[in-house]
Amino acid sequence: MKAFLSRISRFFMVLALLCVFIGGTSIRSLASEQEESKEELNLSEFIIHHVLDDHVWHFTNHLTIYLPVIVYSSERGLDIFSSRNFYDEYHNVINYDGYKLDHSHIYLADSGKAVLDLSITKNVAMLLITAVIMALIFISVGNAYKRNPGKAPKGLQSFFEPVIVFVRDEVVRPNIGPHYEKFLPYMLTLFFFILIGNLLGLLPGAGNLTGNIAVTGVLAVLTFLITNFKGNKDYWAHILWTPGVPLPLRPIILLVEVIGIFTRPISLMVRLFVAITAGHIVLLSLFCLTFIFSSIWVGFASSIIVLFINLIELMVAGIQAYVFTLFSSLYIGMAIAEHEHDHH
Amino acid sequence: MQLLTPDPGLILWQLIVFVLLFLLLAKLAWRPIISSLKAREQSITDALETAERARLEMTKLKSDNEKLLKEAREERDKMLREAREAANRLKDEAQTEAKKSADKIIEDARAAINIEKQAALKEVRVQVAMFSLQVAEKLMKTKLADDKAQKELVENYIKDLKTN
Repeated sequence: MKAFLSRISRFFMVLALLCVFIGGTSIRSLASEQEESKEELNLSEFIIHHVLDDHVWHFTNHLTIYLPVIVYSSERGLDIFSSRNFYDEYHNVINYDGYKLDHSHIYLADSGKAVLDLSITKNVAMLLITAVIMALIFISVGNAYKRNPGKAPKGLQSFFEPVIVFVRDEVVRPNIGPHYEKFLPYMLTLFFFILIGNLLGLLPGAGNLTGNIAVTGVLAVLTFLITNFKGNKDYWAHILWTPGVPLPLRPIILLVEVIGIFTRPISLMVRLFVAITAGHIVLLSLFCLTFIFSSIWVGFASSIIVLFINLIELMVAGIQAYVFTLFSSLYIGMAIAEHEHDHH
Repeated sequence: MQLLTPDPGLILWQLIVFVLLFLLLAKLAWRPIISSLKAREQSITDALETAERARLEMTKLKSDNEKLLKEAREERDKMLREAREAANRLKDEAQTEAKKSADKIIEDARAAINIEKQAALKEVRVQVAMFSLQVAEKLMKTKLADDKAQKELVENYIKDLKTN
C-alpha cells in the first residue's frame, strides 16, 4: 500500500511540476481578456460560457480561431462553411445562408428547426488534438518496445512505463481478475484519454473536453456495453433471479438490479463531468472575484488561491482518470466473475 | 441547463474518434507494450529462478563436499585407530612371546644347571668316597701296623659311638 501511494504521489508530482507554469499563464491570459472588454459583465454567464462547447475558439479578442461548421438537415442537406460567417466585424452574431446561431446551437433561420450539428467545435478540436497527442506518444512508446525488446526503458518509454504498469497492476488486474488482459487495451486507452484530456483542459484557452457530458457519456456507454455484452451467465442470473434472496423479495431485487445496471454508467458519466466542470467553475469564480471587487489586491490574493486550486485540479485530473478506469474495471470484473458458490 | 444536454455532434465525434483511437493504439501501442512488458517480466522471473536454483545447487554441492570430507576424515580416523590397535596387539604379542621364550630359556637353563649340579655332586660324592677310601687305606696301612694303634683306634670308635 505504501509503495502504491508513493508511486501515485511521485506520478502526480511530475505532473504538477509540468503544469505549475501553465496554470500561471492561464490566469494571466484570462485577465487580459477580461480587462479589454470593459462592458458590464454577467459573470455567471461568462463562466458557464467558458466551460461550454463553442463554434469558435476564442483565445483573446485578437486571436480567435473560427472553426468549421458542418451541418446536416433533411431540407438543406450537408453544408460546410466557416463559423466566421456567423459573426460581423463587431463580433455580433448574424444569420448566414439561412442558418441561425443561437447559444452555440444552429437552427434553420426560417423554420427554427434544429439541424444535426456535426461541426468541428472547440471540444471536437480538443478531442482531435488529444487523440493525435495520444497516438504520437503511445505509438512512439510502442515502437520503442519493438525496437529494443528486453532492454531497460528509456526516454518517453520510461516515463510512461510506470503509469502503464500502475494501470495494469493496481487498477485492471485486481478488479477484472484472471481474464484482465482482454480488457487491458481498452482500459489503458480510457485512462490515458481521460488523463490527457483533463490535463489539456487545464491549459490556458483550452476547451473543457472531459468536463463535457457528451464525452463522459460516450465513455460511460462504452463501459456499459462491454460490461453487459461480456457479462456471463452468473452475472445475468444474479440480476434476473438473485440467488439467496427469499422468493417474495426477488421481484423487488430484480427491479433494484435492473436500475443498478443503468446507475453504474450514469455515475461514471456524472462523476467525471462534474469533477472537471466544477473544477473549472471554481477556478473561474475565484478569478472573477477580481472583477467583482475591481481591486488589484483581491486579484493578487485570488491569483495565489487559484494557483493552489490549479494544483488540486492537476491532482483531480489524475484521480478522475484513475477512478473512471477503476470503476469500469470493477463493473466488468463483476460481470465476468466466475462464482464457485451459489450465493454471497 | 446547456451544461447537462449532450450535443449529438460531439457524441458522434467522440464515439468515432475514441473507437478509432482505441483500435489504432490497441494495434500499434498497447499490444507491443503489453507483450514486451510481459516478456521482460517473464525473463526477470526466469533469471531469478535460475539464480535461486544455482544457489540451491551450490548449497547442495557444498554440503555434499562437507559430507565427503567428513566421511574421509572418519575413514582416516578409523584406519589410524585400527592401525594403532594392530600395532599395539603385535607389540603385546611380541612381548608375551619374548617373555615366554625367555622364561623357557631360563627354565631350561635352570633345569640343565640342576642336572649338571646333581651330576657334579654325584661325581664329587664318588670322588670324596674314593679319596676317603684311599686315605683310609693309607691310614690303615700306616697306623694299623702295630697292635697298640689298632687298639687305640678301636677305643676311639667306641668313644665316638658313646658320645653319639
